This record gives sequence, C-alpha cells and structure tokens, in this order.
Amino acid sequence: MKDLNMEQLTNQYFDVLKELGNIGAGNATTALAQMINCKVDMSVPQVRLLEFKELGEIVGGEDQIMVGIYLQVEGDIEGSIMFILSKSAAAHLVNKLMCGMLGIDEESADDYQFGEMECSAIKEVGNIITGAYLNALSGLTNMKIYPSIPQLGIDMAGALLSVPAIEFGVLGDKILLIQTKFSDDVELDGYFILLPDMNSYEKILTSLGVM
Amino acid sequence: MGEIIKVGMADLKTCSGDDAVTTLGLGSCVGIAIRDPGSGIGGLAHIMLPDSTEIRNNGNRPKFADTGIEDLVSEIVKKGGNRSKLVAKIAGGAQMFAFGGNKSDMIRVGERNVIASKKKLEELKIPLLAEDTGETYGRTVIFYPQNGDFYIRSVGMPEKII
Repeated sequence: MKDLNMEQLTNQYFDVLKELGNIGAGNATTALAQMINCKVDMSVPQVRLLEFKELGEIVGGEDQIMVGIYLQVEGDIEGSIMFILSKSAAAHLVNKLMCGMLGIDEESADDYQFGEMECSAIKEVGNIITGAYLNALSGLTNMKIYPSIPQLGIDMAGALLSVPAIEFGVLGDKILLIQTKFSDDVELDGYFILLPDMNSYEKILTSLGVM
Repeated sequence: MGEIIKVGMADLKTCSGDDAVTTLGLGSCVGIAIRDPGSGIGGLAHIMLPDSTEIRNNGNRPKFADTGIEDLVSEIVKKGGNRSKLVAKIAGGAQMFAFGGNKSDMIRVGERNVIASKKKLEELKIPLLAEDTGETYGRTVIFYPQNGDFYIRSVGMPEKII
C-alpha cells in the first residue's frame, strides 16, 4: 500500500470521492442556507485529478486573489482540508451573514478589505462548510474525524494552493480537487481540496469496501 | 518588448534576449532565478519540495530544490550560458498558514525549501546575489535574465526589484 500513488487511483475510487463530495457539499449547502437564512442551490461537484501546472488556471488564474480556509484533520485518519473561494464570493457571504451590515454590492466586493470581524465570520463559514463535508466522510466511513481550528489566508490563488499542492507533492505529481458551485442570488464558486495522508487513503477505501 | 514566459508549479524555463520568465503566486514554493550576465541567458525554476532523496516518487525533477537547480543550470549551459559565471536570486518560501503541533515539519516546508535551495547553490558554487524569502504572503515574480532584474509583487504591497 505504501507504493500507492495518485496515478493509480481507479475510477471506482473517483466515484467514491465524488459521492463523498456530493453528500458533503449537500450538507454544507444546507448549513450555509440556515446560516445566511436564504435558499442556496448547489451544482453536482466535479472531482478532478490535476497536474500542478493546471491548478491555478482552473481556479481562475494563479494571481487571482482568493480566500482560503485550511484545517488539519486528526482522529482515525490524518490529513488536511482546504476550502477556497474567490474574494468577492467571500465578501458576499460575509455580508449576508452579517445581515447586509457591510453594505457590499457586486461592484465593491472585489476590493473589499477584510477586518478582524469579517475574517472571523469567513472562518466560521469555512468551518461549517468543511465540517459538513467531514461529517459526510465520517458518517459514511464510520471513522472519527476531528478538524483543527480553521486558518485563514487571503492571497494569490497560487500561493494558497501551494500549501496543499506541496502536501500532495510528497505523494505524486497530481492533486485532487473537488469543485462545487453554490448559488443564491450570486454564483459562488468553491473548491475543496481534501488531503488525507497515505495511510488514511487505505483506511478510507477499506472502510468503504472499495479495497 | 520581449515575451514573458510562464513557469508553472514544479516546472522550469529558460530564456534570453528581451524575454522574461515569470511565475505567478509563489507560496511556500521557491522561485530560483539563475543567469549568466555575459550572455544574458538565464531561467527560472519553481520548486515545491526541498529534497528529492527524501521521497521515493521523485521522477519529476523540477519539483525538488536539488534536482530542479541542477536541471536549470544544465539547461542554461546547454543554451550557451557560461557555467562558471552563473549568479542566482531567490524568492518565495512563505509560510501561508500558521500551524503548530505535530505536522510542523510539513508546515515549515517554505523555510526548508529556502534552506535547501541555498545549500544547492552553494554546492554548485553559484553566488546568491539577493533574496526575498519567508514571511507569510504570496509572491508573483518576473525575471529578466538580460539585466538580472527580479520583480516581486505581493498583494497590497508595492512592487520590489531585487
């Protein structure tokens, strides 16, 4: 099993991850809808195995400013999870969460400067979204999964993504990305990067009966 | 105006004349710019991990500081650069997220990338002229091998030239 690398992942495993992504994102959407108190739609998640070189382009350019929420996962499996979304989407979400107190509209969302309060709010959104995702994984696999305190980064997409990419880089030359589109009155593009360590892959697959 | 050639993650490119090499959004990765001032031939490597010997799956040479720098140097020499005159500048190696605890080794990867890059340059006797490394923010870099200008842009900060 130690020799497993990302290239060898089977279609079946992809389907498992996609389904996990689907359920997780579904949970996350419900949580989000309750939190901001409005209807939120979601698209079917896309699970892709990408070359490092392609990563930046997929999320809209390496120098696009994004908000990333990064958590480490402990318990029966170890690894980390990152949720990344555009800065304007984050500003929009925070505005909703704070009942429109920030007065952000579609034009001003891009340049909005996040203060301490806004950062805290966006961390909470990230916490709920990644938490819902991890709950799905935990429920399906019957494993205990504990997320750490979320860490927030607002920077260029390439810089944020380098953190999970480096962790994947130890395993192989590709990275696994789960993309979900949320929308209420504006479309919000969100990306998950789930990153269990090598032994955890085995545990996940075994507990799901794939291996 | 010359062309600006993009270097992706775990990638390296060389150029000469008016052309430049760029890499967008360096985080914990390190961008190593090497050039031969005489011929104006140079290049940029975007490495992700410090040491290829620590990892079994190490076929992708530009991914690691040690093999990435070796390959960049041989590419420059192949293009006509003078091996004994090469000089270097590096940028990147930021710590994007602050974590403590058991996985600190992985988290400190930015710092370890910088150390490994410097060590390899020293081993190859390539002088390091300037660096902009560490801190907690991402960097977009553009390198002009002709005059050695290394532009660094970060979010919310003025552009730097080192």
